[in-house]
Amino acid sequence: MNRPELKEQIAQRWPGQVQCRSESASLCELACARAALPELCARLFLEWNFSFAGLIVEEGASEWQLRYAFYGEGDAGWVHVLVTAPLAEKTFPSIVKFVHAADWHEREAEDLFGIHFEGHPRLGDFILHDDAWQENVEPMRRHFDAREAMRHRKPDEDWRPHRIVQEPGAFVMPVGPKFSGVTESVHFLLETVGEDVIRSTPRLFYKWRAIEKMAEDKTADEVLLLAERFAATTAFAHGLAFCQAVETICGANLPLRAKILRVFLAELERLRQHAGAIQEICESTALAVANAHAGICEEELLRISCELTGHRYLFGLLALGGLLCDLPDDACAKALEKSQKVLTQLNRLEKQLRVSSSFLDRLEEVGIVPERTAMVYGLLGPIARASGVVRDLRRAQPYSGYENLQFDVPGEQEGDGYARLRILFAEARQSVRIMEQAAAALQSGSVREPLQLRAGAALGWVEAPRGGAFHWVRLDEKGKVARYRIVPPSFANWHGFHLSVEKFAFQDFPIMLSTFNLSVAENDR
Amino acid sequence: MSQWVINGIRAGIKTTAYPAKPETAAGVTPGLPVGGDYPANNVNSLISLCPTRVFSDSDGQIIVDRRRCIHCYRCVRGVERPVNWEQSYEWGTVRDGQHEFGQPFERSIHICVVDAGDCGACLNEVKQLNNPYYNMHRLGFFITPTPRHADVLLVVGPVTDHMKFALKKVYDAMPAPKRVVAVGACALTGGVFAESFVCAKGVRDVLPVDVEVPGNPAPPLAILHGLLVATGRKAPAMKDADPTNLHE
Repeated sequence: MNRPELKEQIAQRWPGQVQCRSESASLCELACARAALPELCARLFLEWNFSFAGLIVEEGASEWQLRYAFYGEGDAGWVHVLVTAPLAEKTFPSIVKFVHAADWHEREAEDLFGIHFEGHPRLGDFILHDDAWQENVEPMRRHFDAREAMRHRKPDEDWRPHRIVQEPGAFVMPVGPKFSGVTESVHFLLETVGEDVIRSTPRLFYKWRAIEKMAEDKTADEVLLLAERFAATTAFAHGLAFCQAVETICGANLPLRAKILRVFLAELERLRQHAGAIQEICESTALAVANAHAGICEEELLRISCELTGHRYLFGLLALGGLLCDLPDDACAKALEKSQKVLTQLNRLEKQLRVSSSFLDRLEEVGIVPERTAMVYGLLGPIARASGVVRDLRRAQPYSGYENLQFDVPGEQEGDGYARLRILFAEARQSVRIMEQAAAALQSGSVREPLQLRAGAALGWVEAPRGGAFHWVRLDEKGKVARYRIVPPSFANWHGFHLSVEKFAFQDFPIMLSTFNLSVAENDR
Repeated sequence: MSQWVINGIRAGIKTTAYPAKPETAAGVTPGLPVGGDYPANNVNSLISLCPTRVFSDSDGQIIVDRRRCIHCYRCVRGVERPVNWEQSYEWGTVRDGQHEFGQPFERSIHICVVDAGDCGACLNEVKQLNNPYYNMHRLGFFITPTPRHADVLLVVGPVTDHMKFALKKVYDAMPAPKRVVAVGACALTGGVFAESFVCAKGVRDVLPVDVEVPGNPAPPLAILHGLLVATGRKAPAMKDADPTNLHE
């Protein structure tokens, strides 16, 4: 649906209740009365083919502003639905009934701001674990001092997490936060009556470092360090999203070379991350040789990254307004050539995996996420594309010059573990294809445009290796960050992870975990 | 099936010669800044450039606190006078007054890895130790899921409030004698995340640390060196100076 159609529909359905507050080529801000909010969001999400990017809560001097960000394909652009209310007013209508993707966003806002969402089925015990935190702590409020240590309550021996299954013989199998060999800290409550997982509730935020709070009142340069480091396996993508948000605020016009190099590095990161994800899938199925082959690919890509940029995870390259340093053309060409060799190895690995029946038996028709469910949950990235929701921000809302590049967005229909694996291989091929075009398009020039910081707010987005990442930044008059909101892809995908393990057997659990390619650090931020 | 064998052979031997010989391949380490002489009129600007206060000045000599470095490269990229940078990786350090490691740790050891709020990179580098390039098994290092079997506790991350309790429980569950290896700038100093209402400033706030491995993230070879130090098979890294007192 394009912009004029959208405005006509809105004028017809909600006369006087929804108004277009400001408009630019890519963004339309709609001020919405509270009563009309759920239905407007429902239409956007369920009927008009908009995806939900996130809920951004901002505490102003005298009022709340809740911003529901949606995006569509191409011309449809971005639609931000805004709801405001005085600070004393702390109840808003929940949109979860229609936009299930907003479920965790509302829970997070309730936990951190103390806002109540009327009609939400389950609030509380989310980021601030009930068994550790005092009641009524609202750490994202402006008056909360983030430097002061918290006094937690004593661990309550009798505290038990929420249970759903109440059948006779049903029990909860707790897993984590420390489990298995080298894994991120996360807790799972697996409810079962024996063999199959009936309900799976991930309990996250063991690694919550309150990045959004820590960013407040810091300079944009300091926050860039946080943006790069909160989820460092996809450091470049998140750093890029943050930089793009600040650059949008400042109206920066980036040099072409900086844009192209950013694309080159972002794709190198995607290739490396996908190789790592493939390695984890091979490891989870205990296929030792494939695990070793994929491990070689990942390590080689880490070394290629380091040789090209000095850092294995591409730290310290991004700067506001471009890149901190230039990369020589011949070094890029060399990195590309080596990456192509790694891709050949990956292709060979895929060919072999596709005929290894013991491996396929563990993935095929296991952990199925149907297309409709993937859409309703707002799943992102390779996970969504494996279920037939083929939306990619590089294509839907291009940035950094992706509109000038030729590439395919691979999609699959089955939505099982095997489909997710195939997507990883297919995207790795596309990444090398993009790197080839980027390396060929490099022209000499500067890589950084000095930036004049000014007050304002903007959303930066990238298609990170795990899916769409959205960074909302508000700068104050002094150029300091007043609000930083990160919506990483793992936040959406963890929300839907339970879909892939429920009704399947226990032994499939680690395999589905690896095919979902989730990052806890990214989610916990 | 046979194709797997053929491809395995075709891949050849990838494993590093380290620790018998130094590793010289490109891209194995991001390196660290080194101290030494620096033009006197630039010293203050260098010190203020660093967001994590790595540098300090001692009579015209730059002193580097390597534990604090987060590889932002702001002291080398886009500046008039870049600081010296060293492509080393033998970074495992033992603080003064720590335990003697001794005989129980000389042979094969089992390692329990705990993620206490890590960004994913250090953990990924620990994971790389199992890939054919590093293959830690050849040195008698094994990762164990359970603390009951572990000799060494390897901790990454700055220790978030939610993980503090779990981390202590893991440590208490380990049989003595036991050692703690802290890996990465966050585990040593809290890195960019410290110090806040949800985050400690490193493992030392919670547990006694025996070996420290700097880096953000610490590359696999540095972690390997840290483990070799813990088992007494490698000497700890020479420190530029002990900057402990400078900031704390």
